[in-house]
Amino acid sequence: MTLSVSGLNAHYGPAHILFDVGFEVGEGEVVAFLGRNGAGKSTTFRSLVGLVPRREGRILFRGTDIAAKPTHEIARAGLGYVPEDRRIFTDLTVEENLAVGLQPPRPGAPTWTPERLYALFPNLAEMRRRPGGRMSGGEQQMLTIARTLMGNPSLVLLDEPSEGLAPKIVEQMADAILAMKREGLSVLLSEQNLHFARLISDRAYIIETGRIRFGGTMAELAAQPEIRDAYLAV
Amino acid sequence: MSAPLLQVEGLAKSYAGVQAVRGVDFTLEAGGILALIGPNGAGKSTCFNMLNGQIRPDAGRVRLEGQDITGLAPRRVWRLGVGRTFQIAATFASMTVRENVQVALLSHHRRFGLGFAGRAYRAEADALLDLVGLGEAAERACGELAYGDVKRLELSIALANAPKLLLMDEPTAGMAPRERVALMRLTAEVARQRRIGVLFTEHDMDVVFEHADRIMVLNRGALIAEGSPDAVRHDPQVRAVYLGDGLVYDARHREGVPA
Repeated sequence: MTLSVSGLNAHYGPAHILFDVGFEVGEGEVVAFLGRNGAGKSTTFRSLVGLVPRREGRILFRGTDIAAKPTHEIARAGLGYVPEDRRIFTDLTVEENLAVGLQPPRPGAPTWTPERLYALFPNLAEMRRRPGGRMSGGEQQMLTIARTLMGNPSLVLLDEPSEGLAPKIVEQMADAILAMKREGLSVLLSEQNLHFARLISDRAYIIETGRIRFGGTMAELAAQPEIRDAYLAV
Repeated sequence: MSAPLLQVEGLAKSYAGVQAVRGVDFTLEAGGILALIGPNGAGKSTCFNMLNGQIRPDAGRVRLEGQDITGLAPRRVWRLGVGRTFQIAATFASMTVRENVQVALLSHHRRFGLGFAGRAYRAEADALLDLVGLGEAAERACGELAYGDVKRLELSIALANAPKLLLMDEPTAGMAPRERVALMRLTAEVARQRRIGVLFTEHDMDVVFEHADRIMVLNRGALIAEGSPDAVRHDPQVRAVYLGDGLVYDARHREGVPA
């Protein structure tokens, strides 16, 4: 198991946000974290990488409990995180943004180079010298993922990777995620676009008001329309 | 014949030698729902910002009911009846839902000088909240609302200005699928009732194909297609640059089967 989370609780100030959240991501698995806006998807991701100050529970990442570790140690352990708001370096070029993300190869995780990433995201290959600030939203999203892969993670968290992107770019994103999976990378992504999630995911969890309401394969989810209806508003 | 609600001719804008928008022409009639779609970075936001005065075009004309409004300041364009909603809703989180609409009504009636007593335009505010289905939430703090409700509140704030034309920049971004379609259905109903023209950008094709009566496609700053949802859906060039294989939106929109 790449990631195994149990009894995760998180708080922002006095507000209790996550309630005993538990889920797993297997090696080389693509898992979708589904739920409405405000359900707790981003808070879960931020808790995993140590960006929520008050969190309790067990977060086993490749056998080590990272629940009490600071963010930079979690990143160095091989857990990559692509936040919703992308955050590229706007003054740096595509090449330079990639160079910033470079980490040594990691045993048991795929090793990436700029050339391999340009093959994964052909749009980026056409603009190696372009400053990040002059790229479109879709290109920036690809660059953030590519920069994270430069750290050679064994698991990446993608927070709403399809949001605000053109349909054609969302399809390219789906292809890229499937290619990442073929390399043996594990992927946990949060999504509201069920069409997209269905294309790429092996399994899904549904989170609602900070609690896990469903966990199962995509086929099991498809067979239970009442669950989709109640928690996803599709 | 009277002038169309919105008439745009030869609209163009360059940044540092890059042509962001190159000669865009279109018209929109009162009560019409027009979608502007296209790849990320195609120039949609620049177009929007030129229509409501936030960016001055290098060339071209924008006419509202025949009146030239090109290059007017945003607040003057707003006073002439051009409303706008944003990708990230702009509301006052610490005020109640009703107060948010009251502030918009005070501004619309140019009554800011009187101060904000809490009673001003209360009935009018409640009528607008009922219209968007937020009547029950009038007393709640805006910051406590679910995201879909904030977007509906934003619509009622825009309607408080009694707009002739409503510009909506990715109105359903960040919403759950059913909330998205519901928000645009509501917008379309109100717009047709009140003869408001709506121009919106959107990446969710389920929303676009269901609610737009016309679609324009912008690519690299130029319109490459314009027409009914059905015509645009089957346009090979639009598929190549934007729609792709249609795997990430509802199949019935891909095939053109009526809902």
